[in-house]
Amino acid sequence: MARKHRDAPPEVNAGSMADIAFLLLIFFLVTTTIQTDQGINRKLPPIQPDQIDPPPVKEKNIFTVLVNKNDQLLVEDKLMDLKDLRQAAIDFLDNGGDGSCAYCKGERNPASSDNPDKAIISLQNDSETSYKAYISVQNELVAAYYFLRDRECQARYGKSFRDLEAMFEDPKTKEAQRNKIEPFIKEIQTLFPQKLSEAEPKRN
Amino acid sequence: MSKFKKKKGGDVPAISTASLPDIVFMLLFFFMVATVLKDNDLLIQNSLPKADQVTKLEKKDRVMFIFAGKPHEKYRKKYGEGAKIQLNDRLSEVSDIKTFILAERASRNPELEKVLTTSLKVDKEVKMGLVGEIKQELRKMDALKINYTTTKGSVVD
Repeated sequence: MARKHRDAPPEVNAGSMADIAFLLLIFFLVTTTIQTDQGINRKLPPIQPDQIDPPPVKEKNIFTVLVNKNDQLLVEDKLMDLKDLRQAAIDFLDNGGDGSCAYCKGERNPASSDNPDKAIISLQNDSETSYKAYISVQNELVAAYYFLRDRECQARYGKSFRDLEAMFEDPKTKEAQRNKIEPFIKEIQTLFPQKLSEAEPKRN
Repeated sequence: MSKFKKKKGGDVPAISTASLPDIVFMLLFFFMVATVLKDNDLLIQNSLPKADQVTKLEKKDRVMFIFAGKPHEKYRKKYGEGAKIQLNDRLSEVSDIKTFILAERASRNPELEKVLTTSLKVDKEVKMGLVGEIKQELRKMDALKINYTTTKGSVVD
């Protein structure tokens, strides 16, 4: 009895614990791929049951963007670099040619769009266009809309549209606040509606 | 012989490494929690294009994925050189999208059906002809919410 008391059970050596943990750590480090789940959200147009004639739209209210099979841009019948597209789209949307748009800061050129509500961007691509070029163009056009919405939102509510949207989407935002934000977002969206029409790719 | 023996030399005591495992375990747990194990094996090349006007994708239970791209080199013999689409873990034809969407819808919560988003993970080399066909199929199935999944970066480079 006395003897047993004297030798305490030998301590387990924990020196190799770090090695084991390192091994596991390295395994997870190697296998981890941080997910890249972000992108450009779009809504496809529903299929029309039968051919309905589209409402007449004045030529000057359409901003045509053509992407050919060599990924070159033809904007309003002129060749353009991708880096100039954003500014061109902003100028077109913000033009306010008929003077009914008080918040537009464009040139009010009568030959360009009447007001942001009527302005339509038409994007057409070839079936040989690369997806990369298509996404770049989409990105620039979405950026143009965001730029204008941000500007207007900043002027009215002192916050960028993106921030408001993020706050609205955030599940942590309280219901009361969300209800408060919602009309703001709706209003900005009606001021600069995203009218981006896509033709089906040309076959040739 | 004095009771207060001078310490020999100025030996610095060894740093205890007893807390090292704790630190490593902490890192380990972080990576274990942050890891998302890939649930589908890609048979195709899939390098996504870059964009900077991106929004985060919603929760995973509201998203279905459609991949597209050229088959990996080891599958080229079997499937050819042309761009293909991948649904779940097989290469498929555009016409299979219909059944895929029906199956996806059936496997989700019914109330999520309206908010289901289709994430298009398309390789940047793919031609728009294929993407257009995919979009047309989705329109036919009334799956109108889509997300062009991209990596973050500037488009002008």
